[in-house]
Amino acid sequence: MSSQPHVTIHQPEVPRNLAALDPVFTVQGLDVFYGDYKAVRDVDLTIGRKEITAMIGPSGCGKSTVLRCFNRMNDLIPGARIDGKILYHDEDLYGDHVDPIEVRRRIGMVFQKPNPFPKSIYDNIAYGPRVNGHKRGDLDSVVERALTQAALWDEVKDKLKASALSLSGGQQQRLCIARAIAVQPEVILMDEPCSALDPIATTKIEDLMQELAKDYTIVIVTHNMQQAARVSDRTAFFTAEVDEAGVRHGRLVEFDETNRIFTNPADKRTEDYITGRFG
Amino acid sequence: MASAGRGVTAPGNSLGRSRPRYGETAVKVLLLAAALVSIATTVGIVGALIEPTIKFFGEVSVFEFFASTDWAPLFSPPAFGVIPVVTNTLIITLIAILVAVPLGLAAAIYLSEYATARVRKALKPILEVLAGIPTVALGFFALTLVSPFVRSWWPFPMEAKNGLVAGLIVGMMIIPIVASLSEDAMSAVPGGLREGAYALGSSRMIVSLRVVFPAALSGIIAAVILAISRAAGETMIVVIAAGSNPTFTVNPGKEMPTMASFIAQAGSGDLPVGSIAYDTIFAVGSLLFALTFAMNFISARFVRRFREVYE
Repeated sequence: MSSQPHVTIHQPEVPRNLAALDPVFTVQGLDVFYGDYKAVRDVDLTIGRKEITAMIGPSGCGKSTVLRCFNRMNDLIPGARIDGKILYHDEDLYGDHVDPIEVRRRIGMVFQKPNPFPKSIYDNIAYGPRVNGHKRGDLDSVVERALTQAALWDEVKDKLKASALSLSGGQQQRLCIARAIAVQPEVILMDEPCSALDPIATTKIEDLMQELAKDYTIVIVTHNMQQAARVSDRTAFFTAEVDEAGVRHGRLVEFDETNRIFTNPADKRTEDYITGRFG
Repeated sequence: MASAGRGVTAPGNSLGRSRPRYGETAVKVLLLAAALVSIATTVGIVGALIEPTIKFFGEVSVFEFFASTDWAPLFSPPAFGVIPVVTNTLIITLIAILVAVPLGLAAAIYLSEYATARVRKALKPILEVLAGIPTVALGFFALTLVSPFVRSWWPFPMEAKNGLVAGLIVGMMIIPIVASLSEDAMSAVPGGLREGAYALGSSRMIVSLRVVFPAALSGIIAAVILAISRAAGETMIVVIAAGSNPTFTVNPGKEMPTMASFIAQAGSGDLPVGSIAYDTIFAVGSLLFALTFAMNFISARFVRRFREVYE
C-alpha cells in the first residue's frame, strides 16, 4: 500500500509574527467573469503586509485569475470583469478613479515563464524606472540595488550590456524579479514563478522570496504544495466546483496560516488535496 | 502452445530497407527544382543584362553615363547621362517612403496593439486587397484625380504630370506592404513580453513603442526594405503620372521619369534591336538591378546588427 505522502514544513529561520495581520488587500465577495462565464465565485481573503501568501489548488481552480485581479492584469483581457470588492489598503482597487497603470506601478508581477525583454540586462532593469519617469542620474545605482536584492548582481555585474536572453532560465526569472523590484512596488505577485525552472533554480528563487518578504508583500500562485509549505506564511486553498447549473467555478475553500493548512486543515477537501488523494 | 510462435521473426525480416522509396527521391528532386527556378530566373536576368550592357559601354563612356546630367538617349543627337533618371527614382522613392512608412507603421501598431480581434479580422483583409489594385488604375487615379487636386494647393508652379503626385500614389501603393508585414512581425512578438511591460506600469503606447516595436524591428525593417524595392521599381504609376521629360531637378513639381519608367517607355517603342538606344534599356536595367541589390544587401546587414532576438 502506498505510504503517506511527505509534506515538508519549513519554518523561516526568524518566524514572523503572524498574529498581527496588517491587511494590504482585503477581498470581499469576489466574483470574476470572463464574458458571461463566472470563473471564480465568492472569494473572501486578506493578504497581510510583508507576508508571503500562497494560493494553491488544482488546475482551473481560479487561483491565477484571482492573483491577476490584484494588479488589474485581467483588465487586458476583453470581457473580463469582477463583482465584489478588493480593497488595497483602504482604497477600492476597482473604483472609478483608479488608474490601472498606477496600480501596476505599486503592485509588481512575476510570470510563470521568464519574460525578459530582448534587451540588455541593464535595460531590462532600467525599463520600469525609465517608463515611470526616473531621471537619468542615478539609474546605475537603481539597477545595482535591484539586481543585488534579487541575488543576481554578482553573477551579472560584469556583463550588464549583454542580452538578458543569454542568461539561464533561473537567472532570467531572478532578472524578472529584479525588474519588478526596480520600480519599488509594495507588493510582488508571482504566478507560478518556478514551474519552468529546475530544482536548483527553484531553491534559489524560494530563498530569494524569503529574503524579499522582509521588505515586500508577496503573493504566490503555485502548483507545488511543497513549495507553498516551504515558503509561505499563509495559504489559500482553492478548488473548482460544479454548481447547481452544471458550470465549473473556482472557489476558495480554506484560508489560514500555512502551518495549520498543512498539519490540521479544517476542511476535508483541503486535507484530501494536500495528502495527495485528489488533484 | 503460444511459446511456439513467440519471438519468431518472419524469414528475411531485417532492419535494412525492404524496398526502395522512389517517391521520396522524386519529391526531393521536385522540391529542389522548385527552389532552383527562382534562383535560375535571377541568374538568367543578370545574364541577359550583361551582354547588351557591355556593348552599351563599348559605345558610351562610363564617365558620360555616370557624370553627365543630360538624359536623351532616344533623341538625335543622343545624350546618355543617367543621373536625372537616377535622382528622379530616388526622389519618387523617398516621397513614397515618407508617405508609406508613417502611415503603414501607424496602421500596423493600431491593428496589432490597439484593435480588438474583431476589428482586426475585418480590417486586415481590406488592407491586403489594397495591395492587389492594379498599378495602372492607381496611375490614372493619380493623373486624373490627385494631380488636379494637389496642383490647386501647391504654392509653386506644377506640371500636370509630376514627381510629387507619382510619389504620393506610389506611397499609397506600398502602404499595405509596410502595414501588413509589420503587423505580422508585431503580432509574432510573444504576449509574455507585453504582459511583462504592462505589469511594470506601462501604458499601451509605451508597450507598443518601447517593447513590441523594438522586438519586431527586424521584421519591420524587412517590410520597409521590400516596400522601398517595390517603390524604386514601380513602373506603371510613374509612366502615367510622372511624365517622360527628364530634366535634372529636385523640384517634385516637374515631370520625373524614373529608371523603370524609362525602360517601359523606351521598351514599348519600336527601337531596332542592337541599336545603341536599345542597349541603353539594358544599361539602365543593370543599374536598377545593382542599386536594388546593393540596398537589400546593406539593409540586411543593418537588420542583423540591430535586431532584438526574442527567443
